Amino acid sequence: MSATISRGQIPGGVRDMKMAEQLSRSRSRKNMIAKTLCMSATAVALAFLAAILGTLFWLGFSGIHWSVFTQVTKPPGSGGGLLNAIVGSLIQTVIGTAIGTPIGLMVGTYLAEYSAGSVLGNAVRFVSDVLLSAPSILIGLFIYEIFVAPFGGFSGFAGCLALAVIVIPIVVRTTEDMLQLIPTALREAAVALGAPKWKAVVFVCYRAALNGIATGILLAIARVAGETAPLLFTSLGNLNWSVNMSEPMSSLPVTIYQYAGSPFDDWVQLAWVGALLITFGVLALNIVARFVLKPRS
Amino acid sequence: MSQSAIAASPARPKGKSSSLGDLIFATIAKSAGVLVLVILSAIIISLFIGGLPAFRAYGPNFLINPDWDPVNQIFGAAVPIYGTLITAVLAIVMAVPLAFGSAFYLTEMAPDWFRRPVGTAIELLAAVPSIIYGMWGFFIVVPIMGDYIQPFLIDNLGDLPMIGALFQGPAFGTGILTSALILAIMILPFIAATMRDVFMTVPPVFKESAYGVGCTTWEVMRSIVLPYTRVSVVGGIMLGLGRALGETMAVTFVIGNTNRISTSLFGPGNTIASIVALEFPESPAGSLKLSALLALGFLLFVISFIVLAISRFMLRTKVKS
Repeated sequence: MSATISRGQIPGGVRDMKMAEQLSRSRSRKNMIAKTLCMSATAVALAFLAAILGTLFWLGFSGIHWSVFTQVTKPPGSGGGLLNAIVGSLIQTVIGTAIGTPIGLMVGTYLAEYSAGSVLGNAVRFVSDVLLSAPSILIGLFIYEIFVAPFGGFSGFAGCLALAVIVIPIVVRTTEDMLQLIPTALREAAVALGAPKWKAVVFVCYRAALNGIATGILLAIARVAGETAPLLFTSLGNLNWSVNMSEPMSSLPVTIYQYAGSPFDDWVQLAWVGALLITFGVLALNIVARFVLKPRS
Repeated sequence: MSQSAIAASPARPKGKSSSLGDLIFATIAKSAGVLVLVILSAIIISLFIGGLPAFRAYGPNFLINPDWDPVNQIFGAAVPIYGTLITAVLAIVMAVPLAFGSAFYLTEMAPDWFRRPVGTAIELLAAVPSIIYGMWGFFIVVPIMGDYIQPFLIDNLGDLPMIGALFQGPAFGTGILTSALILAIMILPFIAATMRDVFMTVPPVFKESAYGVGCTTWEVMRSIVLPYTRVSVVGGIMLGLGRALGETMAVTFVIGNTNRISTSLFGPGNTIASIVALEFPESPAGSLKLSALLALGFLLFVISFIVLAISRFMLRTKVKS
């Protein structure tokens, strides 16, 4: 096209100008269409979030009452609350995180500080990343096979173990990423001062990466607090009050699952309340992790 | 790379306690790493051993047998496998355009002050527990699908010659399409976040040169960003697929839970995860049914392991750097 213009023939030039204008118009039109579609896609994604949160507020908020937090689950038609489910969820989440976090932390440390380029290190990194996205229901089945079936039945502790397996890869990912961000000079400085390597890692690198590691732990808590599928085969759920770790234990997600699928209106109402509690708890943890701690990434 | 620098400094005095401390710390770290490998192997092996009686009883037939008949002790995996794959693939088809649009908007179009809140909101969508998606789907999406969307599709597409069969049958609201829709909403943020991260890895100078010769935003995306990130984008989509394959709670609420392969997208079905969650309470320890469920779990693990492994392989190059 530029060749025709350079020939400088006026009629052709005018035609080319017109063509160029048309082309530019069609290009900018395409651009506008693509941009509009992408904006709508973003709007749709945000609308889904708004719709879910709106529904939870609409249907759950009216059911929030003191009895939800002070009474245990009761048979349909006789009121009751979610106390045992809330307490069970807290216990299992806390213990599961407490078991999984140190392991995940050490794996992350191994990957960032000790494994560079080794075959074992790459294998661990790969497997950990696969575990991160592996179906959580299979982790429940796994704990059922190795713990629940051979050692006398469903228990709160089995639930903690299942959650711990889910926590590990999440903590591994953030710990490794955060330790990688620590400049090598910092480690060299610590070693130059005569610190053994483990002290350099624990007192220099961990401290520098503290916010990031804490973010990972909070995200892990948020993730396992809402897990349902692995608990179905491990802690099973319990409609009575129980904090005995060797007995089936109630949890908020499993109770929501049981109640939401029931034909009783008051149970469904309680399920919405539970859904509201757990969602806002989980989202609050996420927001704290993202904004208050603000990892330097 | 860091420890090679440290290891190469033999000048420091070797206190006995410090080298012992180093040894202990390194051993703990390494054993933790090995533990992760052990956990993964143990998952595979325990599911396989648990499913062995079913594999033995049915042989390769297990994979293609569409029956699930507890009364006659006949269990086949064909329907759950079909349901798992079809819902996951449909979910990808619905989620990818939305995820791509959001990622494009977030990296190229959104004003700076707007990026963080919108990005966070989309990440929060990923944080919502799956049971909530299931409940929301069951009480909100299913009625909408049953009252409006499915009748509309049946009226307008049901009579078409080739694809009509996909859009026929009674509009219950539940079924394959509804499950895929819920799954799509769930995996959208994962795909969008990965795409956004890989779009960010395109060197600015590439994009600036394209803008410099007069490209529009869309042309920069199509001709510069997408070709540069192609492999990682597919990796991100595979990651979403891996998530969709194993999702349990959201699907169990809305899929209809029937062991049947129907031609219509509105027909009920089941997935590996949903049948395991639903049938497990009625499967006594040691029964053939429990073994069949564990065998299904093993198959699901193999499928998602392959998908996730491909995804990791494709994402490795770009996201890491």
